[in-house]
Amino acid sequence: MKSLEEIRKIREEKRKELDLRVNLNANTREKHILVCHGTGCTSSKSPKIIENFRNILSEKNIENVRVIQTGCFGLCAKGPIVIIRPEDTFYAMVRPEDCEEIINTHIVEGKIVERLLCKDIDNSVVQRLDELTFYKKQKRIALQNCGIIDPENIDEYIAFDGYKALEKVLFEMSQDDVINEITESGLRGRGGAGFSTGKKWFFTKIAEGKQKYVVCNADEGDPGAFMDRSILEGDPHSIIEAMMIAGYAVGANKGYIYVRAEYPIAVHRFQTAIDQAKEYGILGENIFGTEFSFDLEIRLGAGAFVCGEETALLESIEGRSGRPRLKPPFPANSGLWGKPTLINNVETYANITKIILNGAKWYNSIGTENSKGTKVFALGGNVVNVGLVEVPMGTTLREIVYDIGGGIPEGRKFKAAQTGGPSGGCIPEEHLDTPIDYESLMQIGSMMGSGGLIVMDDSKCMVNLAKFYLGFTVDESCGKCNPCRIGTKRMLEILERITEGEGETGNIEKLETLAETIKKASVCGLGQTAPNPVLSTIKYFRDEYVAHIEDKKCVTNECKALAKMEINSEKCKRCGLCAKNCPVGAITGDRENGYVIDTEKCIKCGLCASKCHFGAI
Amino acid sequence: MAETIKLTIDGKEVEVKEGTSVLAAAREANIDIPTLCFLKEINAAGDCRMCIVEIEGRRGFVPSCITKVEEDMVVRTNTPEINEARRVILDLILSTHNRECLTCVRNGNCELQTLARQFGIQEIEFEGEKIEAKIDDLSPSIVRDTSKCIMCKRCVAACKNVQNIGAIDVAGRGFESRIAATNDESLNNVNCVFCGQCIEACPVGALKEKDDTKLVWRKINDKDTVVLVQTAPAVRVALGEEFGMPIGTNVEGKMVAVLRKIGFDKVFDTNTGADLTIMEEANEFIERFTQNKTLPMITSCSPGWIKFIEMNYPELLGHLSTCKSPQEMFGAILKSYYAEKEKIDPKKIFVVSVMPCVAKKFERSREELKNNELDNVDAVLTTRELARMIKQANIDFVNLPDEKFDSPMGDATGAAVIFGTTGGVMEAALRTAVETITGEELKKLYFEDVRGTKGIKKAAIKIGEIEVKVAVAHGLANARKILEEIKQGKADYQFVEIMACPGGCVNGGGQPIVSSKIRSEVDVKTLRAKALYSIDEAKTIRKSHENPVIKRLYEEYLEKPGSHKAHELLHTTYGERDKYSI
Amino acid sequence: MNCKCGCENYKDEKLENILQKYNQDKGNLIQILNEVQVQYGYIPKYVQKRISEYLDMPMAEVYGVITFYARFTLKPKGRYNIAVCLGTACFVKGSEKILDKVKEKLGIDVGETTEDGKFSIEATRCIGACGLAPVFTINDEVYGKATPEMVDKILDKYINE
Repeated sequence: MKSLEEIRKIREEKRKELDLRVNLNANTREKHILVCHGTGCTSSKSPKIIENFRNILSEKNIENVRVIQTGCFGLCAKGPIVIIRPEDTFYAMVRPEDCEEIINTHIVEGKIVERLLCKDIDNSVVQRLDELTFYKKQKRIALQNCGIIDPENIDEYIAFDGYKALEKVLFEMSQDDVINEITESGLRGRGGAGFSTGKKWFFTKIAEGKQKYVVCNADEGDPGAFMDRSILEGDPHSIIEAMMIAGYAVGANKGYIYVRAEYPIAVHRFQTAIDQAKEYGILGENIFGTEFSFDLEIRLGAGAFVCGEETALLESIEGRSGRPRLKPPFPANSGLWGKPTLINNVETYANITKIILNGAKWYNSIGTENSKGTKVFALGGNVVNVGLVEVPMGTTLREIVYDIGGGIPEGRKFKAAQTGGPSGGCIPEEHLDTPIDYESLMQIGSMMGSGGLIVMDDSKCMVNLAKFYLGFTVDESCGKCNPCRIGTKRMLEILERITEGEGETGNIEKLETLAETIKKASVCGLGQTAPNPVLSTIKYFRDEYVAHIEDKKCVTNECKALAKMEINSEKCKRCGLCAKNCPVGAITGDRENGYVIDTEKCIKCGLCASKCHFGAI
Repeated sequence: MAETIKLTIDGKEVEVKEGTSVLAAAREANIDIPTLCFLKEINAAGDCRMCIVEIEGRRGFVPSCITKVEEDMVVRTNTPEINEARRVILDLILSTHNRECLTCVRNGNCELQTLARQFGIQEIEFEGEKIEAKIDDLSPSIVRDTSKCIMCKRCVAACKNVQNIGAIDVAGRGFESRIAATNDESLNNVNCVFCGQCIEACPVGALKEKDDTKLVWRKINDKDTVVLVQTAPAVRVALGEEFGMPIGTNVEGKMVAVLRKIGFDKVFDTNTGADLTIMEEANEFIERFTQNKTLPMITSCSPGWIKFIEMNYPELLGHLSTCKSPQEMFGAILKSYYAEKEKIDPKKIFVVSVMPCVAKKFERSREELKNNELDNVDAVLTTRELARMIKQANIDFVNLPDEKFDSPMGDATGAAVIFGTTGGVMEAALRTAVETITGEELKKLYFEDVRGTKGIKKAAIKIGEIEVKVAVAHGLANARKILEEIKQGKADYQFVEIMACPGGCVNGGGQPIVSSKIRSEVDVKTLRAKALYSIDEAKTIRKSHENPVIKRLYEEYLEKPGSHKAHELLHTTYGERDKYSI
Repeated sequence: MNCKCGCENYKDEKLENILQKYNQDKGNLIQILNEVQVQYGYIPKYVQKRISEYLDMPMAEVYGVITFYARFTLKPKGRYNIAVCLGTACFVKGSEKILDKVKEKLGIDVGETTEDGKFSIEATRCIGACGLAPVFTINDEVYGKATPEMVDKILDKYINE
């Protein structure tokens, strides 16, 4: 247990000690080696890197150097990432065997290890993190602490104003003050639908009932989105603090966070954070000596995307299959075990403490008229800088894809960007200058969603992509209502036939008819938005559908059944490797006359193309 | 008084009670909305999306069955957009459905078929993969065919919520969702009690009884077999529905006539068996009561109930009356007393029971009920199967002149006929027990406190100087409550009647299936029960112990209730049963 | 209690230890199943039976929950569980080809286990290593920037061990 004074003291002292984390000119003899320990970098051996650093340091008896595991820095494409503070040297794609050199050269000799530096989009070599174009257009609010603090050390969180917002709320603000502040900030739900967070809090507060709950939706299931996971891994205490503030505001003393079990690191970090907060007396009874008490528990999801839907999530916390409930009543009035319940997602909570500390005015000065603040996107797909980016609302897609994302690799052309995952749509080049906010994305047939942003180059077939998303929805549909259970399946079957070359005239209209009914008649958000990937690709890439159906042609050759294997005689060097490898003997010819593929015999297995050294097939 | 709410439906001002659903409000205003998964008092989940409507100010379509009315709500039930969406949804449901309608047991009485006709569906627009066809016909009572299931989940609601059994539930998700017993096992291997309430709830042919009509036809046509038929009380007040007669019509005379026409050698009344049951049960109760043996005593006529207690409360089996059920008692008597009297080899007798029940099919197969290695009953037909046989025989049922049951086993009392409804066994037993104990004639035969559809009914009956407290429960959820009271020592009653089905046998799992729409309008079990009470009232003999057939039976054969012979033929034992044999 | 499932360890200590952590509230079902899945690798029938008894709920309901959630399995996975990420980032970078290769190589489909119990294939949702897309894992080992050729080589190593 720590008293408020003790916590204040930790904040002051620790802040001084950690000044080097944020101040290039910090007055210190210490160096901190920060190693990304998010899921992405962990997959490429960052734990081993940490271990190596520590071993080498102790072997060499080097003092004043600390190795810190942090959350995600965001630039996953360049992982594993190592940053050395205070000078902020940024080493990319570090391998465990590089550790020795970094210590010897950088730490001992004070020289930069040039070969591990990262190249920017324009090929210039960059020394410091903040010099990277990737970071220049970003504004980190939700991700503020990610990559700066050790998420498993509560003191480091406290050092950077941690639990200060809670203190402010408990001693200086009434419940209504808090709700007003949040409402005025203009913060809207980051889970996808964009409902006003302040209003949600207000409805929960005024709902009748002694027992109320606060829930954090961390069932991030959107394929290709991982911002919530990164926040939980990089800054778990900020979510705990925000949930406590929410609890205070709405009158709840119990919280649940529902996390995907597939996020073991996030779960571990969050549990550690809860334990530490309890140890400090921050979570528990009579917090900071006030009347306010709050308890928090983790509930693990078990692999059902639909549980990201708030009422399905409630069902799941209660131990049942996650089949959504009819709304109304909304959870604010009847949620967990029928009690008023506030549900927000991780990223929404991640903004709360900053709004409380800096004020609603500060927050709503960022963003567009109706969408305030920032949004975190998981940028992925055919883009150079794959990673996590946080930008002010109103940033255009073009800025994200080209300025931050570094454009399309391998000299290919941009074809479409997909936002909102299986609920969203594809955005073609003509809308690249759309400023990102809730309304404008809706207008162009997509949606904000939870923040997956997948870029696709011109090698991607849009019909196949629609099929991919619908396949996902069909797998994840809970099966409760008929439009979604059967309707999405039928849409998928039609798309399968189209990509198999069995499409028929009228298929597009059939898809549209089904889509209309599914959107309007399904129980929950999953069904109501399931047709979006199909509708948006029909809207912007109708020609591709028509080509598949009428001409039996897939311009990208992604749809194997429609692909025609051909040998490009200009590129062909007549080596004969293709003919040798063809399992059905469909390739004939000789060195003199070149080779041809008999399309009748060809089974389109693609083996020849994969064997060809010259990309001639 | 509940507040009333004013709203507008299709431009019409409607005033209904607070808490009413939009669906019910519309129907009150004579505006029909199609439904499929909705079943009054059993299932309202808003899953099928057929009952969708538009409500001003709400996004998308809203299911009317679970949306409560609100003041000044503006509802539209019949726009082109809604109708188109309903048509697409119906098309989708049909696309997954095994449309072998002509050979389906529910042909002509299928809610999906009705909707398809109503929407004028002539071809399926969205054909595609169907639901995997699996037929479970391992149990003696219930057959499930997944290829016909439309996932309305009415059966699950009946099983889980009404009966508190949960033998089936929704498994899987998305298109792979299915109604399944645990681990996709057969109902025969799980905690199913074979009450058949799922069949009554099913709008299509995904659930049906195990059909025994072929076997019965074969026996009827076999000259060497004497085929005797007995009919349960509740059958006569429901059979007419299968021939378009109003719910609650008593067709006893026509039923007897038709059974003869079909070719049964003798037509008897299970009611006679019921009178016999009362004699034995009343005697057993008096014995337990006066000798301070295990109390409360619980009735044992309902085979679903018996399976339930064997599986769930084996420690309370001592409370069960040892009496066999009326059909079994009667079968035992037919193959002994009657066979001797008529000089027929019992092995040549084939006893068919017509029952409102599918669990009776299971009961008849219980080994411990056998006498001299012979089953008491050889085949059980449900009311529905009998109707099917009548139709197969091409008989004009409605215009048949009435006939009487065969002698010498054909007479039964008013007490026996009310066995078919909840509270009836209790009332019949009390009529006999009170007179037996006091030796005085009962002035008032009604025991109002045990009548009606309240889930659990309790009453205190004065018998001379003493007071006997009784309880009546119907539906297994209510039965569970009673058993918990007994278990916790909170039961202050001495005699309990339990029937597995809500409302008792009139609403049994073998009765004619009434559509959701009609069930919304009338209370089927009350109408059928009313018919039984009228039969009772019209009878001159209304107490089992006054039945001349029964008196003669004891004089000539059984000596007295509870005699050694009676025990041998009319009583049985129970045992603990695994809920899951998987 | 007699059990007809053929197993011997009906009163399974490991299981009882899991159960003891939770009170007999139905709401704990998913948490219990999560632990069983982790400790047993799947959810055996006798365990389902015991859970249903412990929480006083029908087995059909327990089964309903198990089959609803993708994480719970009814059959043991292989010693090597190969999980191919089918998240969007991986999909766009060609994870379908990776999955096809794995299937072809092992001769089993997603959700199946090879007869010798050595391998099983799983198609997972985003595992969050989008920077390494396309990604697959063999037990806890992550393989990023995968190509069909790489799958070939890596699997050969496991097959021949």
